[in-house]
Amino acid sequence: MEQLSAWFTELLADNSIFTARTLGYYGEGLVTTVQLVFLSLVIGLVIAVPLSIARGSKRKWIKMPIFFYTYVFRGTPLLIQLYIIYYGVVFIEGIQDTWLWVILEEPFYPALIAFTLNTVAYTTEIFHGAIKATSKGEIEAARAYGMSKSLMMRRIILPSAFRRALPAYGNEVIFMLHASAIASVVTIMDLTGAARLVYARFYAPFDAFLFVAALYLCLTFAILYLFRYLERRMLAHLKPQS
Amino acid sequence: MIDLQGYGPRLLEGALVTIELALLSLVVAIFLGLLTASAKMSRSWLLHKIGTLYTTVIRGVPDLVLMLLLFFGGQIGINMVTDWLYDRFGIDIFININEFVAGVITIGLIFGAYMGETFRGAFLAVDSGQIEAGRAYGMSEALMFRRIRFPQMMRHALPGLSNNWMVLLKTTALVSIIGLTDMVRVAAEASKATHEPFTFLIPVAVIYLLIASVSEWIFARLQKRYNVGFGEADEWNN
Repeated sequence: MEQLSAWFTELLADNSIFTARTLGYYGEGLVTTVQLVFLSLVIGLVIAVPLSIARGSKRKWIKMPIFFYTYVFRGTPLLIQLYIIYYGVVFIEGIQDTWLWVILEEPFYPALIAFTLNTVAYTTEIFHGAIKATSKGEIEAARAYGMSKSLMMRRIILPSAFRRALPAYGNEVIFMLHASAIASVVTIMDLTGAARLVYARFYAPFDAFLFVAALYLCLTFAILYLFRYLERRMLAHLKPQS
Repeated sequence: MIDLQGYGPRLLEGALVTIELALLSLVVAIFLGLLTASAKMSRSWLLHKIGTLYTTVIRGVPDLVLMLLLFFGGQIGINMVTDWLYDRFGIDIFININEFVAGVITIGLIFGAYMGETFRGAFLAVDSGQIEAGRAYGMSEALMFRRIRFPQMMRHALPGLSNNWMVLLKTTALVSIIGLTDMVRVAAEASKATHEPFTFLIPVAVIYLLIASVSEWIFARLQKRYNVGFGEADEWNN
């Protein structure tokens, strides 16, 4: 034990990489990553719910454009979507004269738009699948009570669909956290960006990237446990009774 | 027709790199996946732990971080080993990691973990009576794997496999960041040089969609083939 602590002190004494300054980079990176992921997920969720309802519409002109949108965004790499928005936004006619440019000039917002569009596509499909899987009996029962379509959606279909979608949505959240690493490509200082900076400055790939990998692992586990807790709470009525 | 300003041939070469990279990584991933699945199902406590550690860590860290770690760290790691060999035994070798090989190994390593989970579930879904019957016929483990476990496992593994392949295909775009000239890199360079991002990035997106659509079709046919004798494929959608 003593040997171990001696070894540990020696290791830390030798360490010239993890100073207050580099840890500060990682800290700022962590904040940026969490902001980016959290904002895109929340905005994405708000947009995805109505879209997933519309995606199940009987009318072709409502259904088809949404299907096309989700197909394109789920079928192409997020990196391409990010590039198109990041490099492409400059070329929108006259955008540099409007107030939008103040926002879009920073790389954070094009990245946020790309991530949001991407997660909306996946989330829409997840919710659409969950809504489709609603058992017929529930709908018949609601109809027998004389519920209107919107009331049925609000009280019967959506609550049970959201519960069913929870595990898949948890995966999507983790997927977004991991996908957000590519924000560093467009010069955003997120967690991965901080690691790349530290790597470039000290030429120490193991220290720089293993540390950030451990941070991502912790975040992933935090999300995992949060969703497990939510599932336990919200799916409790579906558990086999002992 | 769109004017690709002379970048057409390079874009095509890049597309070939993407396809080659994806297919080779798929082979590595399937091999690693089968290995992981057997490790996780084995009776050995150590193998089980190693398999679990591998799938948990790989699936908990972003692809890009793993790629940067293995790509930048891999060379230093190999140099350390070759230096040690030289100091100790006087063997002088020099191994330089080529970007393509690094890409294949990294993507293969990442998706090996996902494949491992898919295969494990699929192997467990094979009826144990079938395996007992095979044993009763006096089949060797290898023959049983080839004739009974593998063909029946594939039926359960295909939906997951097809999912993993789609994600893998899109992950190949990340190799452009570590310096491999795939179609994404060619398109990004061309858009910067010509200031016309849409001309290059949108065709690349369309190529990805095309590959995805073709693979969807192939997987649907495979699914049909492995479902022979199990009724309609519709059963699967429940």
